[in-house]
Amino acid sequence: MAFDDNRLSYLNRLAGKRYFMLGDEACAYGAIYAGCDFIAGYPITPASEIAELLARELPRAGGICIQMEDELASIAAIIGASWTGARTMTATSGPGFSLMQENLGYAVMTETPCVVVDVQRSGPSTGQATKPAQGDMMQARWGTHGDHNIIALSPNSGQECLDLMLECFNLADEYRTPVILLMDGEIGHIRESVLMPDPEQITHKTRKAARPGEDVFGGDDLVPGMVHYGAGRNIHVTGSTHKANGMRDVTTPEVHDALIRRIYAKIDQNREKIVRVEADTDPRGPARIGVISYGASSRPARGAVLAARSEGIAVDFLRLITIWPFARTQVAEFAKDLDIILVPEMNLGQMSREIERFVDCRVQPVSKIGGIPHTIGQIHRAIREAV
Amino acid sequence: MEEYRHRLMDYVREEIMPHRFCTGCGCGTVLNAFVNAVEGVGLSPAKMVCVSGIGCSSWIPSPYFRSDTLHTTHGRPIAFATGVKIMRPDLTVIVIAGDGDVAGIGGNHLIHAARRNIDLSVFMVNNMIYGMTGGQVAPTTPYGVKTSTTPHNNVEPAFKVAELVMTAGASYVARWTTYHVFPLMESMQNAIRKRGFSFIEIVSQCPDNYGRRIGLRTAVEFLHQFKEKAVRIDKTAGMSEAELADRIIIGKLCDRERPEFTAELHALTRRIVAALKQEQPA
Repeated sequence: MAFDDNRLSYLNRLAGKRYFMLGDEACAYGAIYAGCDFIAGYPITPASEIAELLARELPRAGGICIQMEDELASIAAIIGASWTGARTMTATSGPGFSLMQENLGYAVMTETPCVVVDVQRSGPSTGQATKPAQGDMMQARWGTHGDHNIIALSPNSGQECLDLMLECFNLADEYRTPVILLMDGEIGHIRESVLMPDPEQITHKTRKAARPGEDVFGGDDLVPGMVHYGAGRNIHVTGSTHKANGMRDVTTPEVHDALIRRIYAKIDQNREKIVRVEADTDPRGPARIGVISYGASSRPARGAVLAARSEGIAVDFLRLITIWPFARTQVAEFAKDLDIILVPEMNLGQMSREIERFVDCRVQPVSKIGGIPHTIGQIHRAIREAV
Repeated sequence: MEEYRHRLMDYVREEIMPHRFCTGCGCGTVLNAFVNAVEGVGLSPAKMVCVSGIGCSSWIPSPYFRSDTLHTTHGRPIAFATGVKIMRPDLTVIVIAGDGDVAGIGGNHLIHAARRNIDLSVFMVNNMIYGMTGGQVAPTTPYGVKTSTTPHNNVEPAFKVAELVMTAGASYVARWTTYHVFPLMESMQNAIRKRGFSFIEIVSQCPDNYGRRIGLRTAVEFLHQFKEKAVRIDKTAGMSEAELADRIIIGKLCDRERPEFTAELHALTRRIVAALKQEQPA
């Protein structure tokens, strides 16, 4: 996919400049660089700034931003728009993300590329509406009903909000699936220096097009080609179980089995291609203690690892950038020689349990809830206690 | 002898016919009126997207009508259709769904789409009941009717959906019944041609899951009742609220020119892009 003239001239004005901006705003610029054509959203703290920036800037780049009547409608509109060939997204926080779950499953079932940003805040329910949390990690994985797979990425800086949005849109198109950017309120509202890339350096993956007569919901490949509305193909898109040609068949067990297993497998079998982590093993030799973290928590976690190392404690560090599919190979490899893994996260141990499934050593959550992120000192103490 | 083939077969997915609506269901009549209306407008199904929700009448376009189709989650077809129409304003986007879908669970999307006056045609088939799930009370079920979830009595008044949509700002609103097939066909053509939000409430029969609860066992009995209860809107002027209480007001409620949402939105975007081109490079 190449930028159209409007988008290119808009981005050329930004290229190479450095701005001090919110993580939410960097995420919004990432969407513009990703070629996002359409965003539909609904106001919610701490995600509103994404739609606000896109409402101001996206039309200047030739795209469209609308505010819908609620989050149900927002995700519905972007799924509908995606079938016209547009790159589409919405942005929300926990309560809105909860409302979106049914249609998120619709996007999974109909294999509709789209990007959903969840800037996590403290829950359940209204919780601490303005405070950050990482409590939606499992909701992102299993929030919608039924067997399915999902892709979710988690940035830990303003710059990465921009960079990962590009990746989210590419993954959505490549695998024909909704992709979630799992931010947290801390990263959404952090204010950092962000470099605007050169648009010439941006690569966009294009959606695979179905050949004439080829089925749009199955076939030989795990990811079928797509046909957009208005092409005269009479495409039938349904959230009901369907055959490869898109027509509903909710009674044949083999049809459901083949469809759901393929939708599951297209992400599962490409896990190693999708997954990104950032490992920082202790340069001085074998560590017995490891720290795994992600998003906002990974920043004090890394600080604590460096502080411990300066005291002579050997500690390995791993940051999950891809949350789903889970980096099971990378985590298992990381844990090989460790006695204990500490997992700082702003929830009561959601990813700790997932890590536990794939390692032999002890896994200990370093949980922080209440709306204030970990300090370096808190995690540093946990490392000392683990020695 | 050549095999007979109906001229409108090109508009339906013939390979999955016959349809699976219950005997006497009004959905077949609505499908019939709809394909006739599409033919009457001279619209190519290749330039249409039909969007539906969950419920019996959502099967009218999906799977039976032969065009690009989006069969969505319950209550949300208008919201999905909004995204399609914004990004492809050149396509004709039609929503066909039931009263439970459009006015019950999806009522919020209905009034906001009418307020925006987005160029969609919404044909709401109102059978006054949740038919597919077996006869539960709907927001359109008349007061006093016993249903499976109001076994003692329905103590809620019914929604006047067409009037609601008119008040919310739609360009074109009408109400007809499955008895009034020819005016319905003409009204559907007007709705499709209209630039703006068009809404037709089609009062329809469900002998299996509604009729048996109110003593109307067949479609014919329903159609007789629709004929008797119907009163043309231009004849209602001198009638009291009490006189109208049990009547079905039919006809065109409004047909007016209002700014259309996607046209406004795209014109705004064009202006913003043009203004940016005038600026000196930053």
